[in-house]
Amino acid sequence: MENTPIISLENIAVSFDGEVVLKDFNLSIRNGEFVTLLGASGCGKTTTLRIIGGFVKQDTGDVFFNGKKINDLPPHKREVNTIFQKYALFPHLNVYDNVAFGMRVHGKSESQIKTTVNEMLSMVNLNGFAHRNVNLLSGGQQQRVAIARALANEPKVLLLDEPLGALDLKLRKDMQVELKKIQQQTGITFVFVTHDQEEALSMSDTVVVMDKGEIQQIGTPQDIYNEPRNAFVADFIGESNILDGVMHEDYLVEFARHPFKCVDKGFQANEPVDVVIRPEDIDVVEPDTSHLSGTVTSVNFKGVHYEIIVDVNGFKWMIQSTDYQEVGNRIGLSLQPDDIHIMHKSEYSGMFGDYSTFSDEMDEDSQNGGKEAEIYE
Amino acid sequence: MKAISKIYAVLIFLFLYAPIVVLIVFSFNDSTTMSRSVWSGFSIKWYLKLFQDGMLLSALRNTLVIAAVAALVSTVLGTAAAIGIGGMNKLMKRMVMDVTNLPMVNPEIVTGVSLMLLFVFVAKSMGNLTLGMFSLILAHITFCLPYVILSVLPKLRQMDPHLYEAAQDLGCSPIFAFFKVVLPEIMPGVVTGMIMAFTLSIDDFVISYFTSGTTQTLPIFIYSMTRKRISPEINALSTLLFGTIIVLLLIINFRQAKDQKAEEKAEEA
Amino acid sequence: MKAKSAAAPYAVWMTIFIVVPMVLVVIFAFTDKSGSFTLKNIAEVGQYSNVFLRSIWLGAVATAISLLLGYPLAQIISHISPRRQSVMIMLVMLPMWMNFLLRTYAWMTLLEDNGIINNLLASFGLGRLHLINTQGAVVLGMVYNYIPYMILPIYSVLTKIDSSVVEAAQDLGANRVQVFSKVIFPMSMPGVISGITMVFVPAVSTFIISKMLGGGANLMIGDLIDMQFLGSAYNPNLGSAISLVLMVLILICMGIMHQFDDGENSGGGIMV
Repeated sequence: MENTPIISLENIAVSFDGEVVLKDFNLSIRNGEFVTLLGASGCGKTTTLRIIGGFVKQDTGDVFFNGKKINDLPPHKREVNTIFQKYALFPHLNVYDNVAFGMRVHGKSESQIKTTVNEMLSMVNLNGFAHRNVNLLSGGQQQRVAIARALANEPKVLLLDEPLGALDLKLRKDMQVELKKIQQQTGITFVFVTHDQEEALSMSDTVVVMDKGEIQQIGTPQDIYNEPRNAFVADFIGESNILDGVMHEDYLVEFARHPFKCVDKGFQANEPVDVVIRPEDIDVVEPDTSHLSGTVTSVNFKGVHYEIIVDVNGFKWMIQSTDYQEVGNRIGLSLQPDDIHIMHKSEYSGMFGDYSTFSDEMDEDSQNGGKEAEIYE
Repeated sequence: MKAISKIYAVLIFLFLYAPIVVLIVFSFNDSTTMSRSVWSGFSIKWYLKLFQDGMLLSALRNTLVIAAVAALVSTVLGTAAAIGIGGMNKLMKRMVMDVTNLPMVNPEIVTGVSLMLLFVFVAKSMGNLTLGMFSLILAHITFCLPYVILSVLPKLRQMDPHLYEAAQDLGCSPIFAFFKVVLPEIMPGVVTGMIMAFTLSIDDFVISYFTSGTTQTLPIFIYSMTRKRISPEINALSTLLFGTIIVLLLIINFRQAKDQKAEEKAEEA
Repeated sequence: MKAKSAAAPYAVWMTIFIVVPMVLVVIFAFTDKSGSFTLKNIAEVGQYSNVFLRSIWLGAVATAISLLLGYPLAQIISHISPRRQSVMIMLVMLPMWMNFLLRTYAWMTLLEDNGIINNLLASFGLGRLHLINTQGAVVLGMVYNYIPYMILPIYSVLTKIDSSVVEAAQDLGANRVQVFSKVIFPMSMPGVISGITMVFVPAVSTFIISKMLGGGANLMIGDLIDMQFLGSAYNPNLGSAISLVLMVLILICMGIMHQFDDGENSGGGIMV
């Protein structure tokens, strides 16, 4: 059972109005897995989900469910259910009737429906809410009704489209735990879509990082964080200093004008590479004891640590440290071999540089200057 | 400032309601002559006469039949159209909406004569057909349709587009999903559209005037009387109609208020 | 999905009953009785330029008066409590549901030489006025019948103006007059534009009001068209030509109006 994927997408391509949304997309999902599709808006993650749900028809490629091709199966005949972004509860029905909806459509007996609805409502901690008006529930409660409604239909796979997006931070965390628990209890395969990397890392068995309609990396949360495959993944997941480097030989890489020992191998001699160093891995030392030293240009207090930006020969490094540094101080940066992660060059190389700005948007805006402003006028 | 506003509002409303009050008052006038501006005592005789006037009653019957059919057909066609328009791409939507808006921005008289040309043309080429109930109904459906669409479209836009998908996701076929989920959601808009179509149809004169042939609807009957002398019967009848329409409007308003309240509550939650 | 196809019957309907009739108007306007092409009808419309001018003039005056009277009322209504707002709006709309002919007829009762107003004046010992069958009476009838179409769109735009925008203007130092002239009025423009269109179009093309309140002397475009189709001067070709010119005229007027309105015309939302 473990070996047949419950869902597999093969060579899927989709475009809307000439705009490519997914290109040659391949993904297989094992039964009982918690898979998260992670990416920024417009990366194709929701489209992937809607293809599985049957709401979007792919231009080319096949969708398999338990090994059976289901390309032409309409949504109402698929054994998957969806939790929609804003829950899509039926406003004209109360909580009970919302949860009972799917079973009534399938012609179950009212007594059976009653048992299941109560079971589902107690699973999502909504005992006693059966006859409430769904429009008067809080966001979290609506969310749980949506979960109960989908699960009451006994899906083989549950598709969740940014279900926590509308909730506030604390409630989000509770619901993350709750969802994970429900998934483990029921053993149903979850396909979860989010743009929140922290959510993805903390909930999933497998994370699929997507950008521009393509999979950038598939792996466990640990793999994704510790071994990003390219500059995009490194930048998208957590904070990263990404530098240009050259791999001289196995275990030896040069960047920032110095050779460093590292733990990576298997690159060609003198292959240009991207080097990733996580800000929390960098130790602050006296300027004279290190190959890397520079001036502190800004310091931000973040609660658990300080975020320190250091200018080393024009490259702005980010360091996370519990020790305060004065702006203008000269400090040294020390790296251990296993702090240095080497990646092959990719189309993303050079797009994510240093920490002059945090976001791409600010980056572009400060470069384009007034040009865009004129266009919008 | 407040007082000035109040006086101003009162004056405008006085202007708006003065003729209506005059109409209603004179429906109870016990005049033997048909003088329209001399008060000669209270009576309900015009209301009684009203129900004995065969011409008038047949005009009323025509009006109600036309309004009922036009409201029903335009509601079904218009609701379907609104749903279809929702699924169109930008260019097609624009084209359809332009045609939809045409009868609303075009002078009524132009819509009227253009339909008259069509009906006369068809009637002639089909042999000895004449304009009448059938052409009236077709014309009324035509000018009611845009109003139905414009009252259903906002409801569709307000609706979470995922509702329809959610119903299918839970096992409903597309058609079943429409009746179980979409229709209940847009029902207020559909009902409002239907009531509007009905009242517009009852009230229409200009377009009916050009498409009726010799058939009389109530407004046409009234028009033919204004050219001679209007019998206070008409005052009586329109007082009754006015009352009916107030009731209909109160229903619409009540529904909207209920809607709004639900929305406000939902926002608070 | 295939939702689009739900609009197919409607599309067919509107093609037959809106598009085809419009095409017929154009064809009739450019043909003579025997059906051959001619520009005579269009040329003949020129003879009636005084009627056109009078219609446009009276329509414009009525529109201006409606705006001047309607805007303040819309503003007053938009400032009271929401519950009372809906009552007031209801009151604005109600008269429209009394048959249009009868309301205009009621004005005849009021304005006649022996009508209620003159009787009132006489009973106060004042002189009688000649009110009916004047251009003033026609304008009054137009304003009376169409002013709700001015008030409603302006009101609906005014209520949508975020009160914090007004507060921001005050915060930045604008006084009452400036707040109105620099913020509220420009923001209400879409409503004003659709109000003007909704009053001007029916006012220009009316034929009842001029007939009932204007007497025979104040002939308008609508009367001309009526005469060509159902009246003594039966000539549908000329009638079509007049209709066509009227349509084009109104399109031009609306085009000019929309020059002042750079946004979408969002004001016409409520027309109930």
